[in-house]
Amino acid sequence: MTDARIIRVAGAIAEAQPLGDAALYELVEVGERRLLGEVIRIQDDVATIQVFEETNGLGLHEPVRRTGSSLMTRLGPGLLGSIIDGIGRPLEGLAERSGDFMTPGMTLPTLDPDTRWSFAPTVEAGAMVCGGDVLGVVEERPGMAHQILVPPGSGGRVAEIQEGSYTVSDTVATLDDGTTLSLSHPWAIRQRRPFAHRLPSDRPFITGQRVFDFLFPVVEGGSVAVPGGFGTGKTVIEQSLAKYAKADIMVYIGCGERGNEMAEVLHDFGRLIDPETGRPIMDRTILIVNTSNMPVAARDASVYLGMTIAEYYRDMGYHVAILADSLSRWAEALREIGARLQEMPGEEGYPTYLPNRMSRLYERAGRVESEGTPARTGAVTFISAISPPGGDFSEPVTQASLRVVGALWALDASLAHQRQFPAVDWDISYSLYTDGTTEWFAREGGADWAELRVETIRLLQRDRELREIAGLVGVDALEDEDRLVLEGARIAREFLIGQNAFHPHDAFSTVAKTYHLAKLLWAFMRTGKAALGDDVSFEKLDLAAVRRAFGSVKTAAPDALEQQIAEAEQTISDMGAP
Amino acid sequence: MKRLDAPIARTYSGAASAAGPLLFVRSTRRAKLGEWVRIGGEGQEERRGQVVDVGTEITVIQVFEDTLGLKPADAAITLAGETATTVVGKDLLGRALSGTGEPLDGLPPSIGEARLPIWGAPINPVRRQHPSDFIETGVSAIDGMNTLVRGQKLPVFSAPGLPGVELAADIVENARPARGEPFAVVFAAIGITERETQIFVSRFRESEVMERTVLFLNQASDPTIERLLTPRVALTTAEHLAYTHGIHVLVVMADITHYAEALREIAAAREEIPGRRGFPGYMYTDLASLFERAGVLKDGKGSVTQLPVVSLPDDDMTHPIPDLTGYITEGQIVLSRELHQRGVYPPVDVLPSLSRLMNAGIGQDRTVPEHREWADQLYAVYARGREAKLMAAIVGSEGLAPGDRRALDFVDAFEGQLIHQGGTRRSLVDTMRIGWSLLETLPRDELTRISDTAWEARGRDEVSKEPPR
Ligand SMILES: Nc1ncnc2c1ncn2[C@@H]1O[C@H](COP(=O)(O)OP(=O)(O)OP(=O)(O)O)[C@@H](O)[C@H]1O
Ligand SMILES: [Mg+2]
Repeated sequence: MTDARIIRVAGAIAEAQPLGDAALYELVEVGERRLLGEVIRIQDDVATIQVFEETNGLGLHEPVRRTGSSLMTRLGPGLLGSIIDGIGRPLEGLAERSGDFMTPGMTLPTLDPDTRWSFAPTVEAGAMVCGGDVLGVVEERPGMAHQILVPPGSGGRVAEIQEGSYTVSDTVATLDDGTTLSLSHPWAIRQRRPFAHRLPSDRPFITGQRVFDFLFPVVEGGSVAVPGGFGTGKTVIEQSLAKYAKADIMVYIGCGERGNEMAEVLHDFGRLIDPETGRPIMDRTILIVNTSNMPVAARDASVYLGMTIAEYYRDMGYHVAILADSLSRWAEALREIGARLQEMPGEEGYPTYLPNRMSRLYERAGRVESEGTPARTGAVTFISAISPPGGDFSEPVTQASLRVVGALWALDASLAHQRQFPAVDWDISYSLYTDGTTEWFAREGGADWAELRVETIRLLQRDRELREIAGLVGVDALEDEDRLVLEGARIAREFLIGQNAFHPHDAFSTVAKTYHLAKLLWAFMRTGKAALGDDVSFEKLDLAAVRRAFGSVKTAAPDALEQQIAEAEQTISDMGAP
Repeated sequence: MKRLDAPIARTYSGAASAAGPLLFVRSTRRAKLGEWVRIGGEGQEERRGQVVDVGTEITVIQVFEDTLGLKPADAAITLAGETATTVVGKDLLGRALSGTGEPLDGLPPSIGEARLPIWGAPINPVRRQHPSDFIETGVSAIDGMNTLVRGQKLPVFSAPGLPGVELAADIVENARPARGEPFAVVFAAIGITERETQIFVSRFRESEVMERTVLFLNQASDPTIERLLTPRVALTTAEHLAYTHGIHVLVVMADITHYAEALREIAAAREEIPGRRGFPGYMYTDLASLFERAGVLKDGKGSVTQLPVVSLPDDDMTHPIPDLTGYITEGQIVLSRELHQRGVYPPVDVLPSLSRLMNAGIGQDRTVPEHREWADQLYAVYARGREAKLMAAIVGSEGLAPGDRRALDFVDAFEGQLIHQGGTRRSLVDTMRIGWSLLETLPRDELTRISDTAWEARGRDEVSKEPPR
C-alpha cells in the first residue's frame, strides 16, 4: 500500500490511512518533509504514529510511507566521541546542513559512511563462527580496540575474510551460505541484545565521589536512581561521573534537559584528559542529546538508543556506564504520548504500563558473560537522575525506580540550599551492593573500610539526634563529649562527604584518598575523646587548626597528598596540647 | 519552525460548533497543524486563531480573542496557509506594541526587515556556545552572589505583593554587558496589571532606556489566550536582534504565571487529562519551548538572555509553575516576604537563590579572581547566621556558641548593607567592597573559605573587564 495519507495530526501524534498492514513499531516517513515516525497503534486500517520531529506544519492528506523495519541503529566503529540526537542522527552533520537551528526532515546515518577503518581479522577462512563471536578488531580510538562481532543470530563457516581498510558498510567477510558481514550491523533499539548469562557482581564501580564509594557504593553492572528536586545537583553528579568515574566507556543521555548543559559537556569533555589513556575523555564518551525543546517522541527513543549502544560495547567485554539525565523526562514523554492516544491514565496521568517499561529498562543493566568466543565479560551500569515534581519522592517515577534499582542516592533540597554538595540525604539513601563490595574495599582501600563506614553512619545519625536536642537547650548545655560528636559530624559532612565538583583536586577522590580522610576523621574522634578524658575542656581543643588541616587534605594536589595527610595527623595529635 | 510552503489562504464558511476559546470546523481539506487562522464574517469582529488539531472530520481552532458573541454558523474562517509570524527588525527598538505586535504608541506599524514564524526552532545543541560572559545588573544580590551571564535564563521568583516586576525594571534600566557591546531589552508583559504597566512605561520613557527597548504589552484586561503568543513574539524579535544584528538582548517576561494559566485554560477547554493542580502534563515541554530559546551561538556575536518573572501562588515553591520553571531555568532569584516587610530592597533571599552558570562567568579575566571565594564565604557565614537565628529564637542568643553568635550579628549587617540597596545601581566593585568590609568584622580564623591569596588581594578597585559606566 503506497497511498497512505494523513487523516489527523495532534501534537506529536499523526494518524494515517490506509496503513493497516504496517507492523507495530515500524518506522514510517510522515508527510512531504518525510519526518521520521514510528507506528505505535493499529486499529483496522488506521495507524497511529508518534513523530520524532516537529509536527507543526504537517497537514491533512500528506503522504505516509512505510520503511519495512523498526527504528534501528547501526552499531560499529565511529560511535565513540559522537554526539547524536534521540534517533541517532549526528548533530554536527545536521548543523553542517541546516545551520544553527534544527530543521525537521533530515536523515543522516549515525556512523560516518566514508571513514575507513583498518581491520585485522582474528579468525581465518574455514572457521565456524556464530552470533557474538569476534571476527577481528579495529582500533576505534588510539588504544581502544573495537571488536567486530558476528551479529547475534547469524553464523556459519567463514568462506572469505580479508585484512584491509574498510568503511562501515564494506564486506569484510563472507560466510559459506553467501551471508556478507561488515564492520557494522543494524540493531532495533527497543530490543535488548542477547548474552550468554548474567554474572554476579562484586566489583565496585569507582565513582570518585566519596559519599558514594564510601557510604553507598554501586557495582559494575548495578543500577542507581538519583532523585532530587531542581537544583539539588543531579546533573553535576552525572557529569562528574562521566568525567572521572572508572569505566571504559560512558554513554551520556541528556534526555529532556538543557541545551546549555550540553554545551558545557561538549566544552569540558573535549578538554579534559583521562589520566589513564592520556586522551580527551570525549574519546570514551557517546553523547545522546534530546534537549527539552526538542521533539518529545525522540525523548522516548533516546533512552533505548543509549541502552543499545551500551550493550553493544558490553558485548565486546567493556564496562560501560550509562548516565541518564533525566529518566523523568522520558516517563513524561510516555505520558504525553499516552494522553494524546486517549489511553486510560494510571497514577498521576502516567500510562499504566510505565512501571513495567521502567523495570524492563533497568533490567537491561547488569554484568554478563557475552555470547560467542573468545570469552568476554562486560557490564552495563545504569545511573539515572529522576526529577520528582516538587521534590516529592512519593511520585510514580521515583517509586517505580525504587522497586528495581540496587541503590538510591536521594538528593535533598535543604542540603543543597546549605551548599552541602553532593546533597545526598544519608538518612534515606541506601545501597544493596554494600555487602558485596566489602571484600574489595577491604583489599583495595583498607582492612577496616567496613568498620569505618559503619562508624561514620552512626556518627551522622547521632549528630542528627544531638542537633535536635541542641535546638531545644542550646549547644552550651551539651556535654563536651556530645559537642565532640557534633564537631566530628561537621568534619564528616564538610570534608569527607562534601566534595566540590568544581575544584580541580577535589572533584575526584581516589579510593586511597577517601580511605585516608575517613581514617583522619576517626583519628580526630579518638584523640578528641582521649583529650576530654584527660580533663582538657572542649573549648581548649584547637579545632580551627584541625579544620584547616582537613581542608588541605581534601583539596591537596595528588603529589602533595601524602604530606598533607602526615601534617593533618600531626595537627590532630597536637590539638589537645596546652 | 520552517515556514510552510507558499502560503495559500482558503476560506471556509461556518464552524460546526464552538466551546470556550475553541472552534470546531468540519472537513477542512489540507489544513495544517499550527496554521494561522482569521475568523470574520458578517457582523462579526475580526478574530485570530490557530489550528491545534487537524482531522479529516473535525479540525480544532484555538481562538486568541474573546469568543463572547461569536456565532459559529456565521463565521468566515480563513486558514492562512502559514504558521503565526511576526514582523522583526531594528526599527522596533523604542516601540511599545501590543501582546501580538500591534502598535500601542500611536505610530504606524513598523515596516521591519522580515516576517518570521514565532515558533522558534530549537538551537542545535552543538551550535551552542557555553555561556560565560558576565552581565552587570547593578544588583548586589545578583552580581555578587548569583551572577547572571549572557545566554542564561534566570527567573525571579516573586509573589503577589512582592516587588518582582520592580526588580526586573531596575535591571532593565541598569544592566550592562561586560565590554560595552551593543545591548537591547525586549520586555514582554504578560497579563500584568495597569499599575505594573505604568511602572515600566513611565520609567522607561523618562530615561534613555526606551531607545534600546521593545515593549510588548499584554495586560490583565487583554484576551487570556493571546498570552500564549506574547512571549513567542517577543523571543522571535529578540532572536532577530541577537543573531542578525549581533546585539546582546535581555528578554524580560513578566509574569510567567499568567502564561501558565492561559495554558491551563486551553487544556481544560480541550478536555485534556489534567496534571498537577489542573495544569497540563505537557507544561514542562511547553515552558521549555520558551526558556530554551535563551542562548549564545558559536561564532555568533549576539545573545539572548532571559529574566522571567514568576509569581509563586501561595508563596509555594513546589507549586507546578515555579517547580517546572526551576527544572528548566539555570537557577532562580528568590524574593522573600520577610525581607520585604523589613524594608529590605530588593528583598532577595540568597539562600534558596542560585545562578547555575555563575562559575563560568566569574573569576580571573571575567570579574575578579577571588569572586568565588568571596561569595562562598559570605554565603557560609550568612547561612550559619540564619540557622543560629532559628536556634536563638528558642534558646536565646546566650545559648549559642561564640561563632554562631557572631554569625547571628552578621545576618543583619549582610541584609542591611549588602542586600539592601534601595533603588540605586551598584557596580560589582562596590558590591565586593561592601562584602569584604562585612567579612573584616569577623576573625580571620573563621573565614575558612578565603585563601591567603584572596585575602591579600581584597579591595581591588576594578574588575578584570571593567564595564563602561
Ligand atoms: N558537587 C558539587 N559541588 C559544587 N557545587 C555543586 C555540586 N553539586 C551541585 N552544585 C551546585 O548546584 C547547582 C545545581 O546542580 P545541578 O544543575 O546538578 O542540579 P539538578 O539536580 O540537575 O537540577 P535540575 O533538576 O533543575 O536539572 C550547580 O549549578 C552547582 O552550583
Ligand atoms: Mg539537571
